[in-house]
Amino acid sequence: MSSSEAAGPSPSSALAGRSEFVSSLLAVVLALAVGAVLILAWGASPVTAYAALLDGAFGSWNSLGETLLRAIPLTFTGLAIAIAFRGGTFNLGAEGQLFLGATAAAWVGLAIPTLPAPLLIPAMIVTAAFVGALWSLLAGVLKLRFGANELITTIMLNYIAILFVSYLLRGPLQEAAGYLPQTERLSANARFPALIAGTRLHLGFLLALAAVVLAHIALWHTSWGFKLRVVGLNARAALNAGYNVRLLTLSAFVVSGVLAGLAGYMEVVGVQRRMIENLSPGFGYTGIIVALLGQTSPFGVLAAAILFAGLQVGGSTMQTASGVPSTLTTIIQGLVVLFVIGRGAVDLFLARRGAK
Amino acid sequence: MDPIAFVTDPVMQGFLQATTRLAIPIMLAALGGMFAERAGVLNIALEGMMLAGAFTGFATAYASGSLWLGVALGMSAGAVIGLVLAFYTVKLTSNQVVVGIAINLMMIGATSYAFRAIFGPGTDAPRVTPFPPVNIPILADIPILGPLFFQQGVLVYAAFVLIPLSWIVMSRMSAGMAITAVGEHPEAAETLGISVARVRTLCLVASGLIAGLGGAFLSLSATGLFLDNMTAGRGYIALAILLLGRRNPWGIAAAAALFGGADAFQLRGQGFGSGIPYQFLVMLPYILTIVVLIGFAGKGRDPAALGRPFQRNRAE
Repeated sequence: MSSSEAAGPSPSSALAGRSEFVSSLLAVVLALAVGAVLILAWGASPVTAYAALLDGAFGSWNSLGETLLRAIPLTFTGLAIAIAFRGGTFNLGAEGQLFLGATAAAWVGLAIPTLPAPLLIPAMIVTAAFVGALWSLLAGVLKLRFGANELITTIMLNYIAILFVSYLLRGPLQEAAGYLPQTERLSANARFPALIAGTRLHLGFLLALAAVVLAHIALWHTSWGFKLRVVGLNARAALNAGYNVRLLTLSAFVVSGVLAGLAGYMEVVGVQRRMIENLSPGFGYTGIIVALLGQTSPFGVLAAAILFAGLQVGGSTMQTASGVPSTLTTIIQGLVVLFVIGRGAVDLFLARRGAK
Repeated sequence: MDPIAFVTDPVMQGFLQATTRLAIPIMLAALGGMFAERAGVLNIALEGMMLAGAFTGFATAYASGSLWLGVALGMSAGAVIGLVLAFYTVKLTSNQVVVGIAINLMMIGATSYAFRAIFGPGTDAPRVTPFPPVNIPILADIPILGPLFFQQGVLVYAAFVLIPLSWIVMSRMSAGMAITAVGEHPEAAETLGISVARVRTLCLVASGLIAGLGGAFLSLSATGLFLDNMTAGRGYIALAILLLGRRNPWGIAAAAALFGGADAFQLRGQGFGSGIPYQFLVMLPYILTIVVLIGFAGKGRDPAALGRPFQRNRAE
């Protein structure tokens, strides 16, 4: 991260941004190359497997819709982590915030199902954001008041939140039929309209785009964003400048939690139409990688979210077509990040050759 | 009723045995973390190291029929991750937290992929016969201490040996002094002729070996099988153990025992129909971790150079 931090404020930042884009692209290509080797090791043809992956991710309106649908929660969790990161905190708790926000939204939707959509939808959105923010704020308070490292507390809070949701879905909030750990189905007023006819892509994608634009404006064009970035780059300098560092840090936790809670809301109203126990296949954790690959910039996050969504959606097609397990995409995602961070290796190599 | 009857009660015996069994993996991970942190490197990758150790250990033991070969290769897998971490944090001076997290996320996918690649998508989980408990004659019959310490699998005894061994290395040998110097004041260490890069790399390899052993313990001693993401956050809990144990082997052992006890307690609670929903019982170790962080964060002193990359000739 030090290289991107150093490049940020310099006059050549436009150029640096471009080289960061190139290095991200290079990292993706390298990761796919390693993935190809793993596919060969599995005993399948990388060409066939990747063709199936690409087709499954972007090959038709339907698959494109599925990819963008999957990109919605990843964009929200990616933004959540990117903004926390900009403020100098590691929010690894997006997963738990997502689960609690989603459950709370579903609860509101089921408690007042007859409320007209223009009232019910905002009520659910606000609830998800509020609950996500509260859970995130808890980690922030533990950090500021007790010095408890948020890296560990947020992971622990994830386990606690997911277990609590599991209790709710097998207890008080379980559907009347009582077979599966899930709530009743949400009423029609609580759902989002489809964006492209014949696909599952819903209005939430536009909200995700709006969130990206808003996050960009907040980070780069408001005094809050400026101060937050100063705190993230150099907390001491921020203190010297007279900023309220504690409040700014807490605000990073809150905004982060809001976005993670919204990710959960989107999955509930847009995909499952109810709260289920396995709502998220790790959106909160993939969001970390999305934020890192996107160089913690909102538009970068959007691009990375769509890329990883395509990998995940295409991964299932690849599994059906060639038998290669879709967990391969998890490896590729991790490799992408390691290669992005590893760009320093190239500089080191060049510097050494120059010295000789 | 005999006032000390509870001591020989089979339920109590089982509880004590389980306490140790559950404490050992996080103790080993924390012990591995200690070597890294004392040398100034935050090792967030403990979770990934454990997972690698658990999987590689299991797959090797399954294929070769040798539990010991499994342990050896499981530890090696942890060491390889230690090398990767060293390459990034020592050579490239990358952000230690970011690299650690990326490694952890990748290992979840990598172990799961490799498991399917080797064992197929079948529904019946492959198993190995885990290390059986070995009762130490006479000592095993001592109340409380017997089930806690002397009715365990052989890897538990190995873990017990590692505690004093680590303590001797850290506080009675020159290697420990070099590690401490590197973690406290790398610039000064360098002027004394100690290579910061070498010490940190070796510490991360040691870290991987020990955390890998902790992972292999999960698959080869505690269960005899491998499950996706079977470490379930133990590598992160170990970071809290490390803090609670003040990065000292004896402290780590005591802190791990506390967690093992809590874990054994909640497992018993599930078994005995306490009326408490099981989810709340499973939460217990995670809540305890947060309580520990609240109570002990900032109380002990961190190594001065912890988390700070070191670049030779930085002044130039």
